[in-house]
Amino acid sequence: MSILVDKNTRLVTSGITGSEGTFHTLRNRAYGTNVVAGVTPGKGGQDVDGIPVFNTFRQAVQEQGANTAMIFVPPRFAADSILEAEDAGIELIIAITEGIPAHDELRVYNVLKKNGRSRLIGPNCPGILSPGKANVGIIPASFFKEGNVGVVSRSGTLTYQVGNELAQQGFGNSTIVGIGGDPVPGSDFIDVIALFQEDPETELIVMCGEIGGDAEERAADFIAEHVTKPVVGYIAGFTAPPGKQMGHAGAIVSGSSGGAAAKAEALEARGVKVGHTPTAVAQLAMETLGAPA
Amino acid sequence: MDLLEYQGKQLFARHGIPVPAGMPARTVPEAVTAADEIGYPCAVKAQVQIGGRGKLGGIKIANSHEEARLHASAILGMDIRGLTVHELWIEGASEIAAEYYASVVFDRGAKAPLVMLSTKGGMDIEAVAAEDPDAIARLHVDPLLGFQAFHGRRLAFEAGVDADVVRPIGALLARLYEAFIAEEATLMEVNPLIVTPDRQVKALDAKVTLDNNALFRHSDNAELRDLSAEDPQERMAQERGLTYVKLDGNIGILGNGAGLVMSTLDVVKGAGGEPANFLDAGGGSKADAITSAVEVILSNDKVSAVLFNIFGGITRCDEVARGLIEAFAQINPTVPFVVRLDGTNDVEGRAILAEANLPNVYAESTMDGAAAKVVELASLPQTPAAS
Repeated sequence: MSILVDKNTRLVTSGITGSEGTFHTLRNRAYGTNVVAGVTPGKGGQDVDGIPVFNTFRQAVQEQGANTAMIFVPPRFAADSILEAEDAGIELIIAITEGIPAHDELRVYNVLKKNGRSRLIGPNCPGILSPGKANVGIIPASFFKEGNVGVVSRSGTLTYQVGNELAQQGFGNSTIVGIGGDPVPGSDFIDVIALFQEDPETELIVMCGEIGGDAEERAADFIAEHVTKPVVGYIAGFTAPPGKQMGHAGAIVSGSSGGAAAKAEALEARGVKVGHTPTAVAQLAMETLGAPA
Repeated sequence: MDLLEYQGKQLFARHGIPVPAGMPARTVPEAVTAADEIGYPCAVKAQVQIGGRGKLGGIKIANSHEEARLHASAILGMDIRGLTVHELWIEGASEIAAEYYASVVFDRGAKAPLVMLSTKGGMDIEAVAAEDPDAIARLHVDPLLGFQAFHGRRLAFEAGVDADVVRPIGALLARLYEAFIAEEATLMEVNPLIVTPDRQVKALDAKVTLDNNALFRHSDNAELRDLSAEDPQERMAQERGLTYVKLDGNIGILGNGAGLVMSTLDVVKGAGGEPANFLDAGGGSKADAITSAVEVILSNDKVSAVLFNIFGGITRCDEVARGLIEAFAQINPTVPFVVRLDGTNDVEGRAILAEANLPNVYAESTMDGAAAKVVELASLPQTPAAS
């Protein structure tokens, strides 16, 4: 098992005819992801290396049975594309696009929540990888193998770093989920941790947080109440000065909230072990699960 | 992006929020002309993006032409906590019967705009929140519904504003919310929101933060960017498409991806070092981006050693290695570099670097090892690179 993406995934890429969209869609397909369609308005009827392109998401769903969307269009078109995918009944929408206006994200979040039929991962995220089953997004899959550690993270390359440290200790992954570094992510730690809790293959959950917002603190409360599996945490940005945005739109310590130390404390107070470096995270995984077979 | 007070007030005025009449000025003669036109008494206000400027002498009341000249000369060019005053805002002095507080904040936790109103205006709202949280009326607005008239009444009654201004304050909150949505702000704060003796409500200050990601839809706002308030190195990095934040230490840091760079800063600090900067070269960093990044890092002359920490996903380590060689050819740095390359094409990248045999470049295979090495090198006395 795994969560969110697997052999049942039927992927449609929005922005498939752009250079990045083409490159990563074909890479995902080469990994084994079932890519069934692309959407680019005005290019319906064309194909990208055999993948049929449609003008609308409705057509991609009706003709190809797409159930998962990957959003690769530029920021100014991304909210519209996510809403179109939702309107077409796509269950899982994964938005890679970086730089979407915050008010667009707010609107999208609230529409999806009100309608209650689609789940959004991202935006500004590296996507989702279930090793051996499917890769949707830009995660370099060759570093990861199948296993029992579920990873959820706000940052792309940090996920690779932590995942690589785990891999060097011999651990594989059930699924790796990048939830993105924006102020209003479609899904947060709680949503993904709840899925890992229900996933029989996942035996350890690793969450990689960073400064800004209170998603880690809320996750700590959720874990204490609802999660029986062991959780290991990591927080980036202990040394980040207040008031400076550290790259991600969401990564800023504002006023008294959002600091790394407070997040680590909140997690530790609820029984989550927190590694202070990526290497330490892998060591905590070893201590928790024992050396992998 | 933070607006100056007068830019915020001009934006408020466009949305029908009452503000005192005023004029901006960049020189003493301009300020005096503005003061004469507005009439006396008037306020001469330093335009800098920093709180507490009044206490630091950045706001003065002028009662005459001569006083306007004196205050404008004193405040223009003044240093307020490291920021030089380049602009003034001259506005008619307001008589104050009551000082309130109003704001709309982008509440990322609640995923909704948060509107706040308090009768404890003119003070730091975080201090009010800590000491007397009940003094602040709060309301989350469903962004799909928008701000309704009853929201304004509820806030006004709950905050306990004077009965005769419940209606105008409700109307002002509705306009503030409308401006917040229309301009795609993340913060609009009015502190103080005043009631005059003749019972008019006015925004006496304006603190506005706009979403940089939305500026493409607001070309007039995009032009308001206050270049004087931005660090020149940060601006240079931005022009080259890099994300750079200057810090206080002496170890230059370059990585790919915001989370990994933040993590690198932590690991360097854990090893006893002090980072000089945050620099995210971004996903898919190409050779020329690396050259630019090295230039930006070394433009800070406090830097005595540099750490490259790359985990290649989209980014290819061989590209990074070529970029570093190119940077050395162009810049000929005199400080040591520690380079850790992992991920996509890491073997090729390391081979390229080994072959180039750059002076003063040390390869490390782990993040912890690289941090320890750069801290050691940064603490050594400077030795010029062999040429």
